[in-house]
Amino acid sequence: MDRQDLLSLYRQMLLIRRFEEKSAEMYALAKIAGFLHLYIGEEAVAVGAIAALRPDDYVITSYRDHGHCLARGSDPGKVMAELFGKATGLCKGKGGSMHLVDAPRHFMGGYAIVGGHLPLATGLAFAIQYRKQDRVVLCFFGEGALPSGQAHEAFNLAALWNLPVVFICENNRYAMGTPSPRGLALFAHVLETARSYGIPAEQVDGMDVLAVRRLLQDVVGRLRVKPGPFFVEARTYRFMGHSMADPAHGHYRTKIEVEEERKRDPLLLLRTIVERHDLAHEADFKQLEREVGEVVTTAVRFAEDSPYPTPAALYEDVLVE
Amino acid sequence: MLLSYREALNQAMREEMRRDERIFLIGEEVGHYQGAFKVSKGFIEEFGPQRVLDTPITEAGFTGLAIGAAMAGLHPIVELMTLNFGILAMDQIVNNATKIGYMSGGQLSVPIVIRGPGSAAHQLAAQHSQSLEAWFCHVPGLKVIAPATPHDAKGLLKSALRDRNPVMFIEAQLLYGTKGDVPDGDYTVPIGQAEVKRTGTDVTVVAYSKMLLLALEAAQDLACDDISVEVVDPRTLKPLDLECLVASVKKTGRLVIVEEGWRFAGLGAQIAESVYAQAFDYLDAPIVRITGEEVPMPYARRLEDAAIPDRARIVAAVRKLLQLA
Repeated sequence: MDRQDLLSLYRQMLLIRRFEEKSAEMYALAKIAGFLHLYIGEEAVAVGAIAALRPDDYVITSYRDHGHCLARGSDPGKVMAELFGKATGLCKGKGGSMHLVDAPRHFMGGYAIVGGHLPLATGLAFAIQYRKQDRVVLCFFGEGALPSGQAHEAFNLAALWNLPVVFICENNRYAMGTPSPRGLALFAHVLETARSYGIPAEQVDGMDVLAVRRLLQDVVGRLRVKPGPFFVEARTYRFMGHSMADPAHGHYRTKIEVEEERKRDPLLLLRTIVERHDLAHEADFKQLEREVGEVVTTAVRFAEDSPYPTPAALYEDVLVE
Repeated sequence: MLLSYREALNQAMREEMRRDERIFLIGEEVGHYQGAFKVSKGFIEEFGPQRVLDTPITEAGFTGLAIGAAMAGLHPIVELMTLNFGILAMDQIVNNATKIGYMSGGQLSVPIVIRGPGSAAHQLAAQHSQSLEAWFCHVPGLKVIAPATPHDAKGLLKSALRDRNPVMFIEAQLLYGTKGDVPDGDYTVPIGQAEVKRTGTDVTVVAYSKMLLLALEAAQDLACDDISVEVVDPRTLKPLDLECLVASVKKTGRLVIVEEGWRFAGLGAQIAESVYAQAFDYLDAPIVRITGEEVPMPYARRLEDAAIPDRARIVAAVRKLLQLA
């Protein structure tokens, strides 16, 4: 147990939490529009998994992508500017919340057609294999993508060709408002989906950032030596609504259920571990709050002060010259 | 050198794969089977299974895989056994290939060629006989090519493989066996450049892919009656070389557009709109469209023939347009 290491993980999760809380605020002020899907409650999955990567590994995910992008180290100012639709955003304001991309960090994007990015992940892994490299791909998606045909086509190809991709199913138990038992025949046996293709699979507590990292370090290390797909089911929970259009609990789940799950808040769990080992105290966490608060404030200020794209940008990037 | 359309495609891919290590071929039966239509004959022997990949029958999956590989800097050629099966890959083509560059603000690009035969062959019935080019042309971010001759097929496929954008490359089963002169050695045909395939003065006929061959035959028939037809092949459907089309219409004053696809919202409607916008004052008569009939393709030969434009229909339409019917 290393103090710096644990506090660094905590800080990353805290950054995502505070960044998204601020995004929700900015949404209420109409500074951010469109769809905004918050990751609050699920931070330990992205932070734990991405902590196991090298800078040259690929990350790809679905539309609930702020957490993964920040965990990959993207500049919070550029991410916030993208949410604001500003020219200084990661994607020049053309992608928005659901389509963050940070190519230099090999963060290959958020995709908003459920299941559609799993084949892309196999392609990134294919490129790694083609070039005989020892990189890996982390592909995040919700359990709502599991019944989609494209997910199965991707599993089959990855298994057939031993492609170095870790499929990380963030199982938050609700596909938008549909609880898994109403949408997924194998809802109680998610791992079997992968195993039926011969893909090794393990479940992990997605609220425990250390457990997620431990598993991913082990898996990624193995895949670098012996490439092939791996499937992780990270059991997690979304504390907020599906999007900003959906209240925290909605009609499809109870307030009591959400409150019950909040007792296993990933930030709280890690903080408890840190304090139990006497590695940091109230003052340290207050200090982290101050630092992260400053980062978020600076990000918002950057987004506010940035210009909107000029009309000329409309036709840029449709085609490459 | 006299080559078949099939051999011209084979040469284009072979030469480009020798030149550029990033290019690989992926699709159903492209390897050991040598291609469903033998376009990739000899490829697995020359390039090996890492660059010539036989896939399961999962168009969305392997097209998506190829797009992912392109995002990582490779340059895939996806062979769709027919473009009808491309419908299963439409999510990948439309939502990913054409949008990733834009959504990422230009950080990523998707250099990929997706090729295969469109249009009807002989009596393959409704699910294997469609001309879907209008679907592809509708989407920003995609180049669409439909060459009619072996020369253009080779030159344009090589250009497509040197382009950094997603390209739909539309072939035709009934063109694979057709022959034509192809220069020796390396050459390309630029994307977005139409060609006047036959010069004339009375009327312009625009046709592409296998409809071009019909148009040329019809022009021959009409020449016997001293009707001078100019036949223009856009070759690239998007971006369309409007300049060349308009120049021809300005000369002849009349335009007939031939396409095998359905009339409603078909490609010819777009060509007509563009020509009206730029050459309205030069037209001596309304533009005439000859299209496939608006029905699912029937199996029975007589019905199928009735559903697809033919030489006689083009001849009749031109005569009527010149008020000679």
